[in-house]
Amino acid sequence: MSVLKLGVPSKGRLMEKTFDWFGARGVTLRRTGSEREYAGAVEGVDGMELHLLSAGEIPAALTDGRIHLGVTGTDLVREKVAGWEQRVEELALLGFGQANLVIAVPACWADVDTLDDLDAAASAFREAHGHRLRIATKYHRLVRDFLRQAGVADYALIDSQGATEGTVKNETAEAVADITSTGDTLRANHLKILEDGLIHRSQATLFRARGGDWRPETRATLATLCEKLDI
Amino acid sequence: MLKEVPREEVARLVALFESKGALRVGAAVLQSADTLLDLYGEDIRARAYVTHDPMRGELMLRPDFTVPVVQMHMAEGQEPARYCYAGTVFRMQEEDTGRASEFEQVGYELFDRGNRAAADAEVFALIASALEGRGLRAAMGDIGVLRAAVEGLSTTPERKGALMRHLWRPRRFRALLERFGGRVAPAPSRAALLKRLENEPAEEILATAGVMMGKRSPDEVLARMARLKADAAAPPISDTEMGLLDDLLGVRAAPADALAHLRDLSVDLPAILPALDALARRFDALADAGIDLAALEFEASYGRTSMEYYDGFVFGFYAPQRPDLPPVASGGRYDALCRVLGQGREIPAVGAVIRPALLAEIAAGEAGR
Repeated sequence: MSVLKLGVPSKGRLMEKTFDWFGARGVTLRRTGSEREYAGAVEGVDGMELHLLSAGEIPAALTDGRIHLGVTGTDLVREKVAGWEQRVEELALLGFGQANLVIAVPACWADVDTLDDLDAAASAFREAHGHRLRIATKYHRLVRDFLRQAGVADYALIDSQGATEGTVKNETAEAVADITSTGDTLRANHLKILEDGLIHRSQATLFRARGGDWRPETRATLATLCEKLDI
Repeated sequence: MLKEVPREEVARLVALFESKGALRVGAAVLQSADTLLDLYGEDIRARAYVTHDPMRGELMLRPDFTVPVVQMHMAEGQEPARYCYAGTVFRMQEEDTGRASEFEQVGYELFDRGNRAAADAEVFALIASALEGRGLRAAMGDIGVLRAAVEGLSTTPERKGALMRHLWRPRRFRALLERFGGRVAPAPSRAALLKRLENEPAEEILATAGVMMGKRSPDEVLARMARLKADAAAPPISDTEMGLLDDLLGVRAAPADALAHLRDLSVDLPAILPALDALARRFDALADAGIDLAALEFEASYGRTSMEYYDGFVFGFYAPQRPDLPPVASGGRYDALCRVLGQGREIPAVGAVIRPALLAEIAAGEAGR
């Protein structure tokens, strides 16, 4: 088996935009079979195979050697792959799927605009309520590293895999760390982004697995692909 | 994969600690995650392995023995008490540093309400004797001196409290200090809020900020705005005191010289005198225990980044030829940890751990040179 395996998101705008990006560079990606089948084909470069995977699964597929190349957000790679720089390489930023991972607090917290404020509020909150100030997120590693760097204490991360903006209203968290592109959803939920609360700026990116089964033929196919994509 | 256990080294250390009257104790590998999270916060999740039990909920593989030993002592111990233990501890390594994620620790803990200087010296001297002839360098510090210095600043209790809370986070400590010293301007948003607070009632600012929601109440927001206003009115920490604190944090010398330097600083910062007297008593007790003080180094900032809850004497032993390795032994006084675990009860405690595998690794490296 010397075929070059490319993993791309299996649905939605991320899939369409990925198909468009490759298509504009003369490499046609398409789904084969029905909507429900995760099979695909690559035209324009010989010796390639398309794997349609959920975007969240692509980081692990890259590191365990199931695919050689994968398209996913930089946020997911940094969150899910420890020591990511040693394990994957960013071949190209694709210019779509932009989203920021930010810390947001209730807009009614008139006294909190910065991490410095958040830290002070967390200290007083813990004293008043007997537990740490809870921040709901699904990006535990990124948020924890960021807050440790900033020296914020007296908080706890609460896992939230969806509808994170609603956790404050439901009183399962006091603040959130979530992905946003325009901030509209956060604002609609009466949350405001901390001025220095930008944790990571993410976009769809073509990654190459550094490990895995790289043979001379797969490397040659990659070289052909890169030439075609002009990256 | 098989793990090399340095059995002989472990047995030697346990025998040594037992010969000093220590009772050998054990601890469960699975520890309550709640207790550890409450003590150390989210950071512990980056360092400890978390697992799940269907009945007991979230558990952690023990990252050290100190917490279970303190809990056991509080439940059933009499004082003074000496304990020793040996076993594996587990530390998650998030970066690929090549550091071990499970290793043996042999430790000694002393709970004694009597002479603290003598207790500190007993533990240090015991560890020093256990490591004699291994070519290690010892460094020590005293968080108590820094605490006394912060306590002695002529500023508001709120500012002192904020600095005290971040003693173990040097970057945030520095940022707070610069702000309280008036050396950096407040963030524009803070300046704008303070300006508004001059002209508008806080209640009105709150009312226009947004829909009230969440568990943090309007009263808490108002209370903090009042604190911010009061803080803005407080004069900055003087340049003299800022300079003294910088000077103090930079002290790094042989114990006698360090103490002399600190005594000079105490002329302008008399609040540190009791801590310096305690330090002098400890140096005397160490000399009485046969420690050659001239061969040691005292660093006022020692232990600030790695040893939260160590609030007095702190020390470590290093292999000078192996700066890549963590300390072979480390320890100190952790009264603050006991205070939190004992919900305010005072249980003076000092202890230390040795990592026998590092000793073996250093010895092997030396033999190979």
